[in-house]
Amino acid sequence: MRVSLFATCLGDQFYAEACADAVRLLRHLGVDVDAPEGQTCCGQPAYNTGRPDEARSMAVHTLQVFADSEYVVLPSGSCTGMIRCFYRTLPGMDTERTESLASRTYELSQFLRQVLHVDTLGTGLQGRRVAYHHGCHALRELGVREEPLVLLTGCGAEVVEWETDQECCGFGGLFSTKLPEVSAAMADRKIDTLPDVDFMTSSDGGCLLQLSGRAEKRRIGLPFLHLASALWRGVAR
Amino acid sequence: MSFTGPKNYREEAGKTIREKPEVRASITAATRTFDAHRVHAWGQIDAERWRDWARDVKTHTLRHLDKNLEQVEERLTANGTHVHWAETADDALGVLSEVVREHGIRSVVKAKSMLSEELGVNRHLEGLGVHVRETDLGEYIIQLLGQTPSHIVGPAIHLSLDDCRRLFHERLGTPLDAEPDELAGVARDALRAEFLAADLGISGGNFLAADTGTVVLIENEGNIRLSTSLPRVHVAFVGIEKLVPRLEDVSGLLQLTARAATGQPIGNFVSLIQGPRKNDELDGPEEVHVVLVDNGRTKLLADDAAWEALRCVRCGACLNICPVYRQTGGHAYGWTYSGPIGAIIAPGMLGLEEAMPLPFASSLCGACTDVCPVRIPIPELLVHWREQATEQGLTPPSETLGLKTYTKLAQSPELFGAASSVLRHVPLALGGRALPVVGGWMQERSAPKSSKKSFLQMWKEGIE
Repeated sequence: MRVSLFATCLGDQFYAEACADAVRLLRHLGVDVDAPEGQTCCGQPAYNTGRPDEARSMAVHTLQVFADSEYVVLPSGSCTGMIRCFYRTLPGMDTERTESLASRTYELSQFLRQVLHVDTLGTGLQGRRVAYHHGCHALRELGVREEPLVLLTGCGAEVVEWETDQECCGFGGLFSTKLPEVSAAMADRKIDTLPDVDFMTSSDGGCLLQLSGRAEKRRIGLPFLHLASALWRGVAR
Repeated sequence: MSFTGPKNYREEAGKTIREKPEVRASITAATRTFDAHRVHAWGQIDAERWRDWARDVKTHTLRHLDKNLEQVEERLTANGTHVHWAETADDALGVLSEVVREHGIRSVVKAKSMLSEELGVNRHLEGLGVHVRETDLGEYIIQLLGQTPSHIVGPAIHLSLDDCRRLFHERLGTPLDAEPDELAGVARDALRAEFLAADLGISGGNFLAADTGTVVLIENEGNIRLSTSLPRVHVAFVGIEKLVPRLEDVSGLLQLTARAATGQPIGNFVSLIQGPRKNDELDGPEEVHVVLVDNGRTKLLADDAAWEALRCVRCGACLNICPVYRQTGGHAYGWTYSGPIGAIIAPGMLGLEEAMPLPFASSLCGACTDVCPVRIPIPELLVHWREQATEQGLTPPSETLGLKTYTKLAQSPELFGAASSVLRHVPLALGGRALPVVGGWMQERSAPKSSKKSFLQMWKEGIE
């Protein structure tokens, strides 16, 4: 089985180590991994700000880059949602190629559960108390709810109840910079309700950037890991 | 206090967040309670099927709105109701002026109605020298405070119990530690006198059945029943999107709306109004007027990409779940309808330029569409209005330039990689507050930590 890792623009620049952990994890599970050099951005920033033509240019580019991939796996629910749910809404897309890529594209935890049927990875997180933030697009567009929880538990972690685990962190791409006050208040609600845990994790770098950046600004210690890194740590080696 | 329009949204939202933490606390607590009740109430029915059905009924109605409107006019008239058509808010208020003049109206009781807020009914009546009293407890409270509703269903949810205690102490002489029941009792007494003195009752309409000409009203306090049956004249303002083809359909819609709004199986009172008092009846008004209000609705209906917003039954479920709304409540939005639904009908009803920046006041988290009883695809409609805003040049030119450049780069992987690695260090090192995107980020957060090497660089070098 061959997987192309799509690091995403944000993952490539800010969560490179997590992307590398995703590669390690997939290889550990017996998957051949490649990372096509032509990959850039899925186009979501343009789509979300109402620029379908620009989003389309990036979507067409992404279709080309991953045209021959057996599976495409992303360490991001939000970019996966863009490819799976919204490419088809962009003007002038080639339906066959768009639907083909959509059907081959998975968020990391979704891929591990739905394609590889992984339930236990190891014991690396034994005794660790973990809070899981459900990224909105993974949760609502992809319907990925149990997958990361099963995998974390399958590494021995205790996923702790968190009142706001399914509430938006306030990132929303350019929303975070266009309406920063509201965006930060949304992050504060998450941070202020976070239970006592060893670390917080999520499938989306955007959410982690927002929550950790806000916590740091308020001088609150917020230990966090990208889900890919958390799961790689979970593999007992 | 009146509406200033959505243009100050960012400023007003920021002010609420910074200066009124108690408002944010009240709104968050109340909306969470509302939503928990909805979850419970939906768990008792096959909510997914009900929602499909409700979506289809409302869609069918809107697709055949012309025929439904013709039919309802005929049935209302046959019931002895006076029917008026109002294309604009001014037209609707003109009808009201005429009724006031003809009947020598001096005192009005009002049932809770968002449409009347949209039209500015209270200010208009006060201008005519008519005394007007809101009779829904929440509306009564905000009327005493001179405020506008901050939520479709709970107009006073931004207030705490202590806010109400202080208000009632000052205005109605209750002790400062009065229990909620005592406050409600005092309000009830004060309102009773108003009901008895009023010669006109004004209401909205939750539904209007085309086949029978029945105005349907849901409520919990009984004040709508009194407002529409005690005074000698009743005027109901009904938005044209509130039609349903058959009275039979109302039964399901009533229950779904109540479950979505407050988690109740049905409102405590449901009034079905079919014309004025008949000869053999003991109560009811002598005259009933129904004002069918457009005020931007047909314009929205004609928009192939945006019309679905007109299915809205005004339950407020999308406000209750919305993490953006929860930070501020409704006042920051600057017009009648706040939250996700407000953001998608404002551009249609007010005009897009006037509605800015509401289509952007969302992280597109999608929670709203998951709870909408009539399945309005709210995030997609927000994106639609964002597209329109971009096309019409209503977004900052720097953003357009930035995204166009970004798009060009994203199609040339080598340039993209090079530019990304420069950009991720440079503006942050400069402090970056002057730059549009980075400035917004840095205002509220610390600089993001870039990876030592990009992933693609690591990949090239080999990942162990």
